Amino acid sequence: MELIDLTLIWVAIIGLGVFMYVLMDGFDLGVGILFPFAPNDDSRDELMNSVAPVWDGNETWLILGGAGLLAAFPMIYAVFLPALYIGVFLMLAGLIFRGVAFEFRFKADSRRYWWDRAFFGGSTVAAFAQGVVVGAYIQGFETEGFVYVGGAFDWLTPFTVMTGLGVVAGYALLGITWTILKTEGRTQKWAFQLAPWLLAIVMVFFVVSSLWTPLTNERIMSRWFDHLSWLWIFPTLTVAVAVWLMWRIRQRAEASPFIGSLILFALFYAGLLITQWPYAVPPDHTFWDAASDAGSQLFLLLGVLFLIPIILGYTAWTYWVFRGKVRAGEGYAGH
Amino acid sequence: MELDPVLLSRIQFAFVVSFHAIFPVFTIGLAAYVAVLEAIAYKTGDPIYQKLSQFWIKIFAVVFGMGVVSGIVMAFQFGTNWSVFSYSSANFLGPILSYEVVTAFFLEATFLGVLLFGRDKVPRGAHLFSACMVAFGTFLSSFWILSANSWMQTPAGVEFTDGMVQMTSWLQAIFNPSLPYRFAHMALASFITGGFVVAGVSAWYLLKGRHPETSRRALKMCVVMLAVATPLQLLTGDLHGLNTFEHQPIKVAAMEGHWETQTGAPLVLFAIPDSANETNRFEIAIPYLGSLILTHSLDGEVTGLKSVPPEDRPPVGIVFWSFRIMVALGLIFIGLALASAWQLWRGRLFQSTRLLRALTWSIPLPFVAVLAGWFVTDVGRQPWIIQDVMRVSEAMTPSLDGWMVLLTLIGYITVYAVVFSAGVLYLKRIVDSGPDPIEPSEIGMRARPKRPWSAADIKPRTATDNPGA
Ligand code: HDD
Ligand code: HEM
Ligand code: HEM
Repeated sequence: MELIDLTLIWVAIIGLGVFMYVLMDGFDLGVGILFPFAPNDDSRDELMNSVAPVWDGNETWLILGGAGLLAAFPMIYAVFLPALYIGVFLMLAGLIFRGVAFEFRFKADSRRYWWDRAFFGGSTVAAFAQGVVVGAYIQGFETEGFVYVGGAFDWLTPFTVMTGLGVVAGYALLGITWTILKTEGRTQKWAFQLAPWLLAIVMVFFVVSSLWTPLTNERIMSRWFDHLSWLWIFPTLTVAVAVWLMWRIRQRAEASPFIGSLILFALFYAGLLITQWPYAVPPDHTFWDAASDAGSQLFLLLGVLFLIPIILGYTAWTYWVFRGKVRAGEGYAGH
Repeated sequence: MELDPVLLSRIQFAFVVSFHAIFPVFTIGLAAYVAVLEAIAYKTGDPIYQKLSQFWIKIFAVVFGMGVVSGIVMAFQFGTNWSVFSYSSANFLGPILSYEVVTAFFLEATFLGVLLFGRDKVPRGAHLFSACMVAFGTFLSSFWILSANSWMQTPAGVEFTDGMVQMTSWLQAIFNPSLPYRFAHMALASFITGGFVVAGVSAWYLLKGRHPETSRRALKMCVVMLAVATPLQLLTGDLHGLNTFEHQPIKVAAMEGHWETQTGAPLVLFAIPDSANETNRFEIAIPYLGSLILTHSLDGEVTGLKSVPPEDRPPVGIVFWSFRIMVALGLIFIGLALASAWQLWRGRLFQSTRLLRALTWSIPLPFVAVLAGWFVTDVGRQPWIIQDVMRVSEAMTPSLDGWMVLLTLIGYITVYAVVFSAGVLYLKRIVDSGPDPIEPSEIGMRARPKRPWSAADIKPRTATDNPGA
């Protein structure tokens, strides 16, 4: 027997990576989703400037997710991407449009509303596609060995559409609470008005997916309804956090809505892991089946353990540099 | 209609990677240039360097943005289209690409925010530090990705069992035989690209009589650098070719247009390779020179394409011509750089309209050379995805249908066409508005304008409320 289970460590690291991505790119995609609903153009400038200095770093967690999967769980990489082929393309197209919109929007004069749309459309499509990935993961994949053998559109079902919309709503919630934190005046007022509605929508999706998931899948049904009743602490906590969050929004608190939304996401994420554990490529393959060689896992682990704290350190530093409220005239606008 | 998914995947990969490659070669060189400018400005407080840096950072931001979004596509291409290859080589490729992310991508992406928006928010030293980190990040990133690519050309440090790559030595695999040459050649290519773009834009300003002070300074820096880098590129290219001759002789045979294995091989200058008849048409060649270059002796033996069956040969025409385009451009660059340096030495560069015009027209050429170089490298490796180990046809995702690849290929072409045209348009606008003028009050003192972005970000907006969507 090995002294330490590298695979388990890698589950934790990839889990952390994906989670970091969801939180960090979640709020900046969310800002994109909210873009057209902002009260006016100055607000839109503020929204964009609030994420401009950090979005690229945030998105790098996605790349780490991709590369990390290839390194630690190549089977996930080699099954998910082919299975989601068209969906991956849509997500990438979305990320491309919203990514260049940052640079292009402020240089476009009269055509800038095109890039407003690109920013909104790209962010929404990317968020939706990521939600679909979650749905497809719950649904499972048809495989032979490490090879995906299902159809081109297996990922597109009513269930995955629901999870896709759920993630769009969830990111919008992160985005709106980020807006509360980073803006003031009219923009913040708008955010305070919208936040309770988004929270309500997110909770509806939470309830629907919590009912739908076990009903479509026996394995998941027995996970939640056979023994293991302590698991129910997660949904209970979720509801409690949502109530607290609603209360803080009503009180016009500035920071706790964002923190509360992050906690909500952490709980959703924990729920998902509990639901799927220990399957990496359900219904057949566990994380241990999907793992790469121990030597490769170790080689990368040594570097990652050393580097991730450094990355977190300088990331925190940039957030610190750009702390405080944004104004329309900063960043790209610069006049 | 039968659509061949392998062929379409190759076209798709070639398209997206070529599109991506345009941006890094420029940003790697430019990031280093910006870091140098920032360092000089920091030391001397000379406003000229400050203005130059601010100007090129604006260009950098746009190009870098396009590099990032097209790079994200690349990270997924391995999985979507070449999943069997990815899975089989994951033990090596996975950690390498991950190290690229944790050592390089985070560095460049995070410090980019401070470089672009932090000038007024952090101490000057921290801003300079950010510029250096971005430049360093782009370098590291090219190191890792070139290691991955070189390993596909000259695999080492691994064993292949049951179709899976198993590591035997990380050091040998990472520093595989072709990496040093490829890395040096590519790094120089980036400097040359960055140098020619900056030189070309500065020359254009000088021709128009705009921003003379800043442009002279920039042009001078670039010409000196290019006069060193371009001859070095010839040298590294030559060494690279010798190394390839050792490890991938068939690729060299395609580059040189040699069909027969022969001693005293000629150097083919011009020909139209004819794969069907296994011969060259309209060949113009210099006897013995081929052997002399590749083996350093007049009667050295040089492997020909016919030494392997036709299905193991790369498409000869593409490799042969891409190689000639690259080398011809390389020689042109040397000529241009040395001529400019000579005129600079004589103090006549800024007045020699013909040279300035030639420099302006050269802006696109390094990009052509870089793409041609990659076509030699990667098309020349065909039909192998990992040289002599795995074929491209075995590497593809089994569940792919031709129409899926075609659909997404059309999608990428459309998306990139839009993004690229817009990008070029906005770059042109930045160039048109030029660096900020130097205020008389700034001369001789440390310049620190409040709003780094002011005059340049094009005209102020007119419309107030645009419905977003
Ligand atoms: C020699 C240089 C070089 C080459 C051959 C490639 N790249 Fe690249 N890539 C870079 C040099 C670079 C860079 C300098 O680091 C970039 C370019 C511009 C930029 O913004 O960062 C980048 C960006 C970039 C990004 C976004 C990183 C970020 O968010 O900062 C990804 C995911 C990739 N690349 C992936 C790839 C893959 C999978 C390639 C191979 C097929 C590839 N690149 C070829
Ligand atoms: C950035 C500059 C690059 C350019 C312009 C480039 C160009 C190309 C071209 C033209 C092809 C198609 C060959 C053919 O099918 O006939 C190709 C294939 C390929 N290249 Fe590159 N390449 C680049 C860098 C890389 C790097 C850094 C890697 C790996 C890390 C890589 C890996 C591949 C793979 C996996 C294929 C697909 C399979 C194949 O057709 O061989 N390339 N590339
Ligand atoms: C001056 C004469 C030059 C020679 C003799 C030369 C030689 C070579 C050779 C032999 C290769 C193929 C390597 C392989 O086997 O895979 C190559 C590739 C390449 N060349 Fe050149 N080259 C020259 C100039 C240039 C210039 C001016 C540029 C760009 C500014 C350039 C950019 C590249 C690139 C990007 C590659 C592909 C990456 C690589 O494999 O290094 N080359 N060159």
